[in-house]
Amino acid sequence: MSTREHHDYDVIVIGAGGAGLRAAIEAKHRGLKVALVCKSLLGKAHTVMAEGGMAAAMGNVHAEDNWKVHFRDTMRGGKMLNNWRMAELHAKESPDRVHELEEWGALFDRTKDGKILQRDFGGHRYARLAHVGDRSGLELIRTLQQKAVSLDIDVYMEAKVIRLLTDDSGAVTGMVAYWRPTGEFVTFGAKAVVMATGGIGKSWKFTSNSWEGTGDGHALALWAGAELIDMECVQFHPTGMVWPVSVRGILVTEGVRGDGGVLRNSEGERFMFNYVADMFRAETAESPEEGDLWYDDHAAGRRPPELLPRDEVARSINTEVKAGRGSPHGGVYLDIASRRSAEFIRRRLPSMYHQFMELAGVDITREAMEVGPTCHYVMGGVKVDPDTAATSVPGLFAAGEVAGGMHGSNRLGGNSLSDLIVFGRRAGMGAADYIEGGASFKPLEETQVTKYIDEALAPFSRESSENAYDIQHDLQEMMQANVGIIRTESELVEALSKLEEFKERAAKVGVTGGRAYNPGWNLATDLPSLLTVSTCVAMGALARKESRGGQTREDFPKADPELGKVNFTASMPANADFTDAISLAPVAIPEMPAELQALMEG
Amino acid sequence: MDNVTMKVWRGDANGGQFENYTISANEGEVVLDVIHRVQATQAPDLACRWNCKAGKCGSCSAEINGKPALMCMTRMDQLPEGEPVTVTPLRAFPIIRDLVSDVSFNYEMARRVPAFLPPPRPEGGYRMMQMDVERSQEFRQCIECFMCQDVCHVIRDHEENKPKYAGPRFFIRYAELEMHPLDMNDRREYVRHEAGLGMCNITKCCTEVCPEHIKITDNAIIPLKERVVDADFDPVAWLGRKILKRTKRTVVEAAVQPE
Repeated sequence: MSTREHHDYDVIVIGAGGAGLRAAIEAKHRGLKVALVCKSLLGKAHTVMAEGGMAAAMGNVHAEDNWKVHFRDTMRGGKMLNNWRMAELHAKESPDRVHELEEWGALFDRTKDGKILQRDFGGHRYARLAHVGDRSGLELIRTLQQKAVSLDIDVYMEAKVIRLLTDDSGAVTGMVAYWRPTGEFVTFGAKAVVMATGGIGKSWKFTSNSWEGTGDGHALALWAGAELIDMECVQFHPTGMVWPVSVRGILVTEGVRGDGGVLRNSEGERFMFNYVADMFRAETAESPEEGDLWYDDHAAGRRPPELLPRDEVARSINTEVKAGRGSPHGGVYLDIASRRSAEFIRRRLPSMYHQFMELAGVDITREAMEVGPTCHYVMGGVKVDPDTAATSVPGLFAAGEVAGGMHGSNRLGGNSLSDLIVFGRRAGMGAADYIEGGASFKPLEETQVTKYIDEALAPFSRESSENAYDIQHDLQEMMQANVGIIRTESELVEALSKLEEFKERAAKVGVTGGRAYNPGWNLATDLPSLLTVSTCVAMGALARKESRGGQTREDFPKADPELGKVNFTASMPANADFTDAISLAPVAIPEMPAELQALMEG
Repeated sequence: MDNVTMKVWRGDANGGQFENYTISANEGEVVLDVIHRVQATQAPDLACRWNCKAGKCGSCSAEINGKPALMCMTRMDQLPEGEPVTVTPLRAFPIIRDLVSDVSFNYEMARRVPAFLPPPRPEGGYRMMQMDVERSQEFRQCIECFMCQDVCHVIRDHEENKPKYAGPRFFIRYAELEMHPLDMNDRREYVRHEAGLGMCNITKCCTEVCPEHIKITDNAIIPLKERVVDADFDPVAWLGRKILKRTKRTVVEAAVQPE
């Protein structure tokens, strides 16, 4: 047997999107030996697809804005299921993090007096999103990527981490991965590991997520003994493309609505006025006329209901389509053409213009877009300490979409990019503090390593008719049908039994071809995490007998105040396999201090 | 649903050949959709890179009917009807497998770029005017698909040039930094002597393939060449540079020295 490749680092960050890059930069600034390990090429992570911008109460457009308003908006948007401390840190620190990006080379769009321009978005009281047209995620990732490169941080690209390794005390010691180009295995030893792997959207048929969103970090952490909270809270973005079928699910930025676009049904009605929940009535326009005044002067009218939080808008679109008032391809109309000049649209929304023109043959400066909900983001995730991003596994930290708590049951648009830089930095700090507190390298448990490698290679030696693509396809169809935007008990029970069948099939999957850059094999090694996170979502959705944010139960249409006080928390025994049983229990959410509670009133 | 023939290059660094796949294609589909269907139904180990499938990440670059293009943005109905669709990897880089090439050359060139260097951040953040940031913003639209690198014949036809030629993707990066309102680093000597700017003879092949429609030649390379030449030969510019350099150095010193 040839010698297996091995590397040691103080800190290894898994995932090279916004959170991972920011964490690596922070740890590097602390003088540590740091590496990034990512499944794709550097700069291609899902952050690159974020369009609208990053929310930060800088007050450049509306001087009245401040962290307290941002905090309140975030908590209300999340239907109070958020970890209050995370929401507080996020609201307080995001302006500094945005300014810091400029110091590293980012070039945001400007106000007339040369400050960072901020745009309106759903659920944010004031124009708050720092942006660059509709390619804000690209600006964020490129800035952080170039900063990381200038700091000489080692980057291991196209490496898939299959398992974390732990010692007898349960602390993380490293990981096993393979190189996608060669299929050879590699181990990494680390004093601390930061999980920054993003989301889980590839469990659904219609999704804005790329192939990478297979819940790897959620599953790796859970198998290693960490807890996942509120996995049932999945965001279906209201506006994905619906036609042609091949592009169904691709994101249409909320910036279209922030910049004046409106939603209409097949009868031409701005139906969102019929769906304003009591909680938002006081701050929402009553008529299209009032809403139109608001775009130019936020004091002249209240915000139009198209800019309610995403869960509200997505559910409303779903209801309109079900009631037979949808567009020809099963969506509704998003119209900016009749409301803004072609020049304005092309300047503010260049990539939307391009995307519809090239992929759908639709000129959005002349006609309305057809849009519908698409699986976009998971609010649930690894349970972390708000200040340090530490998980319950010593030495394991988590930041970005893979971490839970920050967004409660529903995330506001724009709060994701800011989450990445606020908590990416905090995870880097947390890992550095942990190491400075005396963490050391520990030998990797060779029996663990061999077991995991054997499991990953097993599909090559199976004579099997089970193919990874078929299992993923069946999983996506089932999750879309049974664990989609509207859920009910019987369908969730069925989902859980189907998931067990899929796990049995996944345990028997066979692959053909060699190990070098073999997507069929790569997908086979993604199935365990896809199935683990899907199970957590379905279990949480069944247990949370209420409707709140990204969890909508047809059989429990109202929010239950008692369930608003708990996180449904999933756990597994340390070093679990994906076929092992997952436990779920309600755990009380930390109570908000009185001075923050006071901000919620009024 | 019509059938199409996909003529896909299969192989690795040791060589390979075209394989034909006859497969269905639906209305509105792009080349990447059909490649994915080939993977799911006929060739599960067919290697290709992709991520966003929306023209935003630049992962799925390939050569379609001999021309560099993003597979996710090339609609099947734009290609000649009834003819096989030929898909090959980017040719200017070493092959890993099938449609995946080794683009590490580009990451090496990225590492060589002398870093962004701003003045210290004032209280309340930097002030910059929209018209001053727009020039660099154009270049920051780059999605790093590396098709401009692939099509640039300085690299494509002359492997020996690679160590001393950064290529169009990085010329726009140098232009971006050169035109960045905050940057104080002077990379003109470096671009001329280490990044091989002079080897570009402005055939505009890069501009033609850019999926972001960045005017690489006109807005980045030509102005960059002018600035570099000015810096070397124009005595007024030379003097200006001396003064500017000193100014820059003073600002930098102020930035690193404690109060």
